[in-house]
Amino acid sequence: MSVMQALDLRRRSASSVPPPPAGAKAAVPVAKLIDVSKCIGCKACQTACLEWNQLDQPIGYTDGTYNNPTDLTTASWTVMRYTEYEHGDDLEWLIRKDGCMHCDDPGCLKACPAPGAIVQYTNGIVDFISDNCIGCGYCVKGCPFNIPRISQVTSKAYKCTLCSDRVVVGQAPACAKACPTQAIYFGTKDDMIAHAGKRITDLKSRGYQNAGLYNPPGVNGTHVMYVLQHADKPSLYAGLPDNPHISPLVGIWKGVMKPLSLAAIAFAGAFGFMHYVTKGPNRVTEHDEEKAAEVAGSDRA
Amino acid sequence: MSQHIKPVSRYTTAARINHWVTAVSLILLALSGMALFHPSLYFLTYLFGGGQITRAIHPWIGVVLAISFLGLFLRFFTLNFWNRDDTVWMKNLGSVINNKEEGLPELGKYNAGQKLVFWGQSILILLLLGSGFVLWDTYFAAYTTIDQKRLSAVIHALCAIGAILIWIVHVYAAIWVKGTMSAMTRGSVSGGWAWKHHRKWFRQEVGKP
Repeated sequence: MSVMQALDLRRRSASSVPPPPAGAKAAVPVAKLIDVSKCIGCKACQTACLEWNQLDQPIGYTDGTYNNPTDLTTASWTVMRYTEYEHGDDLEWLIRKDGCMHCDDPGCLKACPAPGAIVQYTNGIVDFISDNCIGCGYCVKGCPFNIPRISQVTSKAYKCTLCSDRVVVGQAPACAKACPTQAIYFGTKDDMIAHAGKRITDLKSRGYQNAGLYNPPGVNGTHVMYVLQHADKPSLYAGLPDNPHISPLVGIWKGVMKPLSLAAIAFAGAFGFMHYVTKGPNRVTEHDEEKAAEVAGSDRA
Repeated sequence: MSQHIKPVSRYTTAARINHWVTAVSLILLALSGMALFHPSLYFLTYLFGGGQITRAIHPWIGVVLAISFLGLFLRFFTLNFWNRDDTVWMKNLGSVINNKEEGLPELGKYNAGQKLVFWGQSILILLLLGSGFVLWDTYFAAYTTIDQKRLSAVIHALCAIGAILIWIVHVYAAIWVKGTMSAMTRGSVSGGWAWKHHRKWFRQEVGKP
């Protein structure tokens, strides 16, 4: 058990985690629910994130759209992504708050080679522990959502923590607290799914026949979920993956390759040793030396 | 005691230095690379001063290896072209492993096994260098897509394991075949060694058919 029970680990990168004590109650998984249909794109969540986490996003440039900054950075752990979706005579402004999805099966954690640099708490939150991070960028390759960013200054990886420091003392994440339209909810995952159900019923009654919950099964569900007006086409929302999963390449690299490689190296070493033991060294004989002298002639002696 | 001829020169001082720079880089690369490849070997990062430093230094050692190996490649590639005798030698690999080399064709400076080590490492190091640049986020993160980085990680790991296996064969052969090591430590081999293992090359060296 950790110092605070709410920080007990479920998974730890490149290491195993002791199981919880016998008879311990299972931690309640938490989730953030982002209702895209209620978002007005005010960026209060972005500001709250910077403020709570004491991050300093340097002033950059504008590309002429509302996307600002244009991408996630080591300081901006969440950004609003604006999409103008035209269909028929209709125009919809789809605004998605992008950031770490806190996958239940986190690809970043699976890819990470540094013990304890990425952890998953029993409540489902995936956190980067900077102390242990070596800045290799493997988490970037493991992530199905292109979320982690490596700092050129500190050589560490950063992303949304789901305000694990607030959640541990019973507070909602800063973005959820700051949202003026309550488009961001926070609670137990079960409650969030139930609440999403009501929102989806409401959206369907307003003509959004394909409204639904984004809780992708490819990563065993996420601890950040979206209510989407067009859940049949998640990629409409600034490229949200339709069916995210950990890349099979990462699966091979971090799965079968590890034991097979060590086995191959051990086998090669053992084979060499056994060869020496059974066949013995290959020695030059006195006869070879004599033949050499004979062929070379006396001038080389 | 019968008469022995003077040792036969096999490698120049420059070639030996070139070889040992390559050898030390390859060992350091294997240690730091394995540390980041398998969690059970993460403790090897302590040899380099911790995870951050291991991550930072590994690609630079790779650059040293690539340049150094290029030197070896340019020195030796003309001596490593495959010929008919090599095919015969490979067909008799079983006899070679059983220490029975009688009846095999006379060989030039390198046998087929040595040539395979040479070409194997040449190809693998080229692939390791290419995939290594894709993984070197400090300077090159922006030039490739995440999917290309994923593929490179797999290629890099596969080629590294291949190179380590070839390295094991290379080192073991030097331990197994007595008299070989002096070629790389002192630059010369005994006449008997040259006669036994590389007769065609020996004849060239002593200028007798």
